[in-house]
Amino acid sequence: MASYVFGRCFSALVTLFVVAAIIFVATEVLPGDVATAVLGRDATPKRLAALRAQLQLDRPASARYMDWLYAFVQGDWGYSLARPKQAILPLIGERVRNTLWLSGIAGVIGVLLSLLLGVVAGLKRNTWFDTLVSTLSLIGMSLPEFVIGSLLMLLFGVIWALLPAVTIVQPQATFTALFPSMILPAVTLVIVMVAYILRMVRSSVIDVAHSDYVQMAYLKGVPHRRVVWHHIIPNALIPTINAIALTVAWLIGGVVVVETVFNFPGIGRLLTSAVSDRDLPLVQALGLVGAVFYIGINIVADIATLWLTPRLRTQYWRVADE
Amino acid sequence: MNTPLLSVDNLTIGFPNTTSTVTPVVRDVSVHIAPGMRIGVVGESGCGKSTLAYALLGMIRGAGVRVHGTVTYAGAQLFDMPPAQLQHIRGAEIALVPQNAGQSLAPHRTVYAQIAEVLEIHQQLQGDAAWQRVVQLLADMRLRNPARIARRYPHQLSGGQQQRVALAMALAGQPKVLVLDEPTTGLDVTTQAQLLALLHALTNDTDMAMVLVSHDLGVIAQTCQQVMVMYAGEVVEMGDTADVFQQPHHPYTRGLIAAMPQLTATRLPYAMPGQMRRSATDQQCAFLDRCAFAQSVCATTAPTLEFVAHTRAVRCHHWQTVATHDDVDSTATPLLDRAPVGEGTPLLAVRQVSATYHQPDWRWWVRTPPQLVVAQVDITLTPGHTCAVVGESGSGKSTLARVITGLHQPAAGNVYLDETVLPATVTQRSQDARRRIQLIFQNPDLSLNPRHTVAELLYRPQAVFFGRTRAQALPHTISMLQQMRLDEQYLNRVPQQLSGGEKQRVAIARAFLADPDVVVCDEVVSALDVSVQASLLQLLVDIQRQRGTAYLFIAHDLAVVRAVAHTAIVLFAGHVCEQGATAEVFAVPHHPYTMQLLSAVLTVPRRTVQPQVNLPADDTTLTHGGCPFRQRCPIAIPHLCADVVPPWQQVAGSHTFRCHHPPDVLASLRDQFALPTT
Ligand code: SF4
Ligand code: SF4
Repeated sequence: MASYVFGRCFSALVTLFVVAAIIFVATEVLPGDVATAVLGRDATPKRLAALRAQLQLDRPASARYMDWLYAFVQGDWGYSLARPKQAILPLIGERVRNTLWLSGIAGVIGVLLSLLLGVVAGLKRNTWFDTLVSTLSLIGMSLPEFVIGSLLMLLFGVIWALLPAVTIVQPQATFTALFPSMILPAVTLVIVMVAYILRMVRSSVIDVAHSDYVQMAYLKGVPHRRVVWHHIIPNALIPTINAIALTVAWLIGGVVVVETVFNFPGIGRLLTSAVSDRDLPLVQALGLVGAVFYIGINIVADIATLWLTPRLRTQYWRVADE
Repeated sequence: MNTPLLSVDNLTIGFPNTTSTVTPVVRDVSVHIAPGMRIGVVGESGCGKSTLAYALLGMIRGAGVRVHGTVTYAGAQLFDMPPAQLQHIRGAEIALVPQNAGQSLAPHRTVYAQIAEVLEIHQQLQGDAAWQRVVQLLADMRLRNPARIARRYPHQLSGGQQQRVALAMALAGQPKVLVLDEPTTGLDVTTQAQLLALLHALTNDTDMAMVLVSHDLGVIAQTCQQVMVMYAGEVVEMGDTADVFQQPHHPYTRGLIAAMPQLTATRLPYAMPGQMRRSATDQQCAFLDRCAFAQSVCATTAPTLEFVAHTRAVRCHHWQTVATHDDVDSTATPLLDRAPVGEGTPLLAVRQVSATYHQPDWRWWVRTPPQLVVAQVDITLTPGHTCAVVGESGSGKSTLARVITGLHQPAAGNVYLDETVLPATVTQRSQDARRRIQLIFQNPDLSLNPRHTVAELLYRPQAVFFGRTRAQALPHTISMLQQMRLDEQYLNRVPQQLSGGEKQRVAIARAFLADPDVVVCDEVVSALDVSVQASLLQLLVDIQRQRGTAYLFIAHDLAVVRAVAHTAIVLFAGHVCEQGATAEVFAVPHHPYTMQLLSAVLTVPRRTVQPQVNLPADDTTLTHGGCPFRQRCPIAIPHLCADVVPPWQQVAGSHTFRCHHPPDVLASLRDQFALPTT
């Protein structure tokens, strides 16, 4: 088990290294380099050459990649180009905090809600409740998040004006100050997430409820309530762990769109503006942060699945056991 | 007779169909189960026996509904009871051992947790006391090292162990009625024999009643005093097991008994014509179109279940005629008739073939030694002959089939066709070599593409091997279907619309459309009901006689092998133990393993003399050096058998075996096994 966790983390590091290389190459091959991006209209061949020398752009790409990665690991993430004199680390730091608040709230509520609805819908299959929940989730799945976001904004922000339609607070605001602006984006994310996870949970519950071993539990005389809690729910949730992880990881993508729609000061909005400003160091840093997040969540899900599935877990025991 | 504990009265269970009527699968069944009674329910798949078994616990599976009738336990009706009360009866008063223990045990909980759950619910036993009891129960199941088994998860156990755990779980609640649904289906003959002996020991001289549902008459003959034969949802005959099996009164019971392959038979098993109907009606006898005794009254009036003696009942207008009629299988092909068509040079030869498997390991840097599954096997197959390879699961017999067909590369040795070496893998073999060796699998569901129609499935090999167009192929397809006794209307069906026997016929037709010289049959009949099995065996024998095809017949059922094979090879853990002409090997077996296998074959009626040999537990782990069988051998010689590979000894002609003991010692062991004689 421990060696599996070790192996899994090791392969994650390798993945991260490759992803970092891809991010680096992708930003390298964008038309124009950092020097053209910085100088913009002021670019003359002479000034370009000077800046390139200053930024060491004349060194080979592989060397610059290793330097960049090394500096990154040490916490030296460089400076933003579009926002002169702003160090990237603290800049990203406060945005990450905001995004984590937003996606954390959305993630926790979304996962719990979808598990609850999915389990109940699966157990009460083909009742009005199940039909209602399934239909709503189908609608939720088929609407893109910016449509849902705009609809919510229109209803609660403009027509009834209960909540701020867009965020006007500063990025460095406190949680309480930011909270009202978080409600609508969070609800948008929750709706989309629930739609996905719920369907997965529902069909998993239905599968397990019809399995031979659940039927056997009834034949053993296990009371219904206990069958549900001890046999159906644990077994139905294990296969959904990875689906949940994927959906939570999807949050990163969703957050970009939703933050843009609501003008919420998180990494998503930062990324959109960094891309349009051609702020390459910032884009690179944001890309890496996203990758770390994504890979991390998947590792946690894999290990959790392994830990909860005897058939997989014992595969790694056998060596010691026999 | 005692007062019944559990009564089924006029029970009818059905499945709603498209026309909003209900198709009954159990029809008007009544049975009364007294304490201590052991009753068997027998019939082919779809006859409603499993539905009846679950109804005994107040459960109807799937979309089924109870149309009328009752199941009464100790004065209370199970189907009218509130669910909570029913759960008090299930597991504590009436318990069930399911058909497929592997799938019925929860995958995420240890054996202990699953058995302890019963103890906790029904006996309020927890903690240490529960642990002690679970270990005791597992020990009662004669599982070696019960404490270790208790800590395992179901997937870490063998099929036989899983079945014992399921049995322990059912017995944990100390039920008054034990229901077993096909408890030994899918187990090896020796494992089955051990489980039946265990059941016998557990239920003998106790008050516990037992209902055993099985398609295998041998299993019921072995364990039950009473038997109930079901056909199309109805009880067609019931009575004392010995009476019913010795003098069947219903044509269906007669047919079933004659269809069962027996070691002592002199003819092929009798193939009952036709197929079972889904459900019976009031207008005519359900067995009408398959019955050799039918007369005009049978087509106008359905027979009723008539009590002909105190405990004996039969549902047939002409049971008196049936009961006094003898020689039921006179139409079946005598075994002696099946003289091989051609003798002479070997067609297919397997020489010193060994095969290994590599255990995949996620730690790619660790080199695990490959596992030996087939060790230095020799086989010679001549045209028109059938050579059987017998052994239990894990004996390497399927790997051998894969080596011969080029699906598995052998670690050593060669396969020869017409005395020339065949390349090891199928991709290297010539088109013609591929055509000449065909393989038929146990499970046609896996080998037939579910999206193709029968016409398409049968067209493929013709296109590949003979370059025929669809139009050119059609006449061949149709005549092959006719040989398989399927008519043209099957052409446009897909596998899902066929019964198990029909699918296997299509798979056989597909193999023969390549016009092969050798057909490797890997357990082709073992998943089928006896009546279907008998007709397929007949079919295979007929084609062989017409075409002179050679069969390599892989099977675990020795009675089937006796019926179809000219020569037999007994395989244990990849090693050949004994080989020779089937008649000789089976009549005077010399290897202790062959004796063990033969003594485990069930007969109808039940054999009166039971083997006196204590069979050690199932353990097929292959150990290197010495005799592979030594851990299960009742007469193993300490040290010698562990260290020295036993020599080949010759009995007569081609009949040889490998053992350290001289023939006279083995002859006295053979007497203890009390084998049936021809
Ligand atoms: S009633 Fe007639 S058709 Fe039915 S089993 Fe008896 S003889 Fe055959
Ligand atoms: S060689 Fe020894 S262990 Fe093997 S079958 Fe003979 S007596 Fe038994």
